[in-house]
Amino acid sequence: MLRFILGRAVMLALVAVTVSFIGFGLLRLSGDLAAVLAGETATAADIARVAKQYGLDQPLYIQYLDWAGRALQGDLGKSLFTHEPVTELILARIGVTIRLAFSALLFALVFALPLGVIAALRKNTWIDRAVLTLSVLGQAIPSFWLGLLLIYLFGVILRWLPISGSDTSWHFVMPTITLGLGTMPALMRLTRTGMIDVLSSDYIRTAWAKGLHPLSVLFKHALRNAVLPVVSLSAVLLGFLLGGSVIVESVFALNGIGLLAFDSIKRIDFPVVQSILVFLSFCYIFLTLISDIINARLDPRIAL
Amino acid sequence: MAAPDNIDAPPILTVEGMSVDLKVPSGMLHAVNKIDFSVRPGQTFCIVGESGCGKTMTSLALMRLLPRSAKLSATRLNFDGHDLLSLSDHAMAELRGDRLGMIFQDPMTSLNPVYTIGNQMEEVYLRHRKSGRREARERAEFMLQRVGIMSPALRLKQFPHQLSGGLRQRVMIAMTLMCEPRLVIADEPTTALDVTVQVQILQLLTKLQEEFGMAIILITHNLGIVARMADRLAVMYAGKIVETGSALDVFTQPHHPYTQGLLRCMPTHDHGAPATRLGSIPGIVPSLVGDIRGCGFANRCDYVRDACRTGDIALRELPDGAAYRCVIPPDEALARPAELATP
Repeated sequence: MLRFILGRAVMLALVAVTVSFIGFGLLRLSGDLAAVLAGETATAADIARVAKQYGLDQPLYIQYLDWAGRALQGDLGKSLFTHEPVTELILARIGVTIRLAFSALLFALVFALPLGVIAALRKNTWIDRAVLTLSVLGQAIPSFWLGLLLIYLFGVILRWLPISGSDTSWHFVMPTITLGLGTMPALMRLTRTGMIDVLSSDYIRTAWAKGLHPLSVLFKHALRNAVLPVVSLSAVLLGFLLGGSVIVESVFALNGIGLLAFDSIKRIDFPVVQSILVFLSFCYIFLTLISDIINARLDPRIAL
Repeated sequence: MAAPDNIDAPPILTVEGMSVDLKVPSGMLHAVNKIDFSVRPGQTFCIVGESGCGKTMTSLALMRLLPRSAKLSATRLNFDGHDLLSLSDHAMAELRGDRLGMIFQDPMTSLNPVYTIGNQMEEVYLRHRKSGRREARERAEFMLQRVGIMSPALRLKQFPHQLSGGLRQRVMIAMTLMCEPRLVIADEPTTALDVTVQVQILQLLTKLQEEFGMAIILITHNLGIVARMADRLAVMYAGKIVETGSALDVFTQPHHPYTQGLLRCMPTHDHGAPATRLGSIPGIVPSLVGDIRGCGFANRCDYVRDACRTGDIALRELPDGAAYRCVIPPDEALARPAELATP
């Protein structure tokens, strides 16, 4: 097991380096940063001075090594806009985003797993179709519209929930539902197909032939096998939730990473954008490692 | 032919008029059509027939593990004093794995890949004997020894993928025998294994039968296995039992043209005997969808006559509980040549 984890970690470290380099390069490709920074009225001499000041006149790999060297020491530079250290900017926002992402994933899983199992057990009945319809709706409804609808219903008409900000747990209820409902369908469908597949397998017939309790057959023998791909997808979705909740964060005025990234891109605040990009890709990589470890724990054949 | 045919003991399993109907898009498929047989304690009863004759459906019906689309009916279905037709799902589950066990065809896929051998064996005992974990573990170790597995304590901690096919089938057998069932249904238990392992598994089954005294229903298409194992046998064709009797009677004096054809398809092992052509039965199994009129074998039979194609064919009773389902009387049936002429 330890060897498996170490092997995985080394591989993922290589992926992390590659991703950060590509991200760094892409950002430089998006335009002449020195020209943008110097402003519209700048002369060629101004631009050259700015480029020298920020080290943009150096070859790309020198810039990257320079940046990576400092990043490894925890210095991600300063925001060009607020002049705050990027590390502090991210740390201040990450709590909100992590809280939202995890609660949305939890919300999605709490509904996706039982609904997927029920749909699989009642395959091709009205229950199955109702669940599938729900999942299509969940996928089709845009999150900004659902968010506004929830705000209107629970915030404005019923006045049950606060409509913006991140001060209390209540503030997270509507964003969680909004994000969770969009996340749930893929997990639900994967659980359903996985269960249908597993339930027709030989070892499930063996479990029935052993006279085991139906709950034991379904949850001990079937679900553990069916849930393996769901774990992998959950990791991917969680990574997506960490970086991609910009819309929901704006709708509910939650000060998270998504909103920070969005604002920074608009302001061409490249140290911030760069850092968020790398930070999120590291999150993805870390989550992949975690899901691999969970799957290896669930299925002994994986850690060979 | 191994154990004595104790015909006096009351049967442990009685099947009368059992049918399994499957709903398929083109209509109703009569997979098993009003079959009767009984199995006595300690006996090995073989059900033999080609693919699609209904033998697997028969075994799943006895376990009440038929697919949802299948409908089971019978005039009588009694196992060890229990009416399998009226038993609740819960009571049936308590019977399975305890009094009634089943061994499946493919040991590579019949064990759950994510649990250890020990876990899967012990849970049967924990479920039916309400014993402690320790006791269950000891029982599992004992059973692995009984099926000839070395270092059982180690094997219990292993996962199915760490074992070979033959070992896995031994584990399946050990698992089925955890609670010493009175009847074990073995559906093609050696088909997925290579030939040398097949023999070992069959020897093991015979040994365990002597040791634990369970009855075995052995389902197979392999007549060599039948000859080796069966006390009594039933030949199935197109969902019906076409011939039944003691193994000795059926092998030496087959009455039904299908049984005779099957036996001609079995290679003889006698060295020095004059070479004979290995037989084959022309034609294919009829579709079992909708009502079959007359004998299902009529279209492939060399001795077919008009009476074969109308109404139900009556069963002809023979001495010693043997019987066959054909319009042709016994003396005429026995007069047929046993082997095809050498070309």
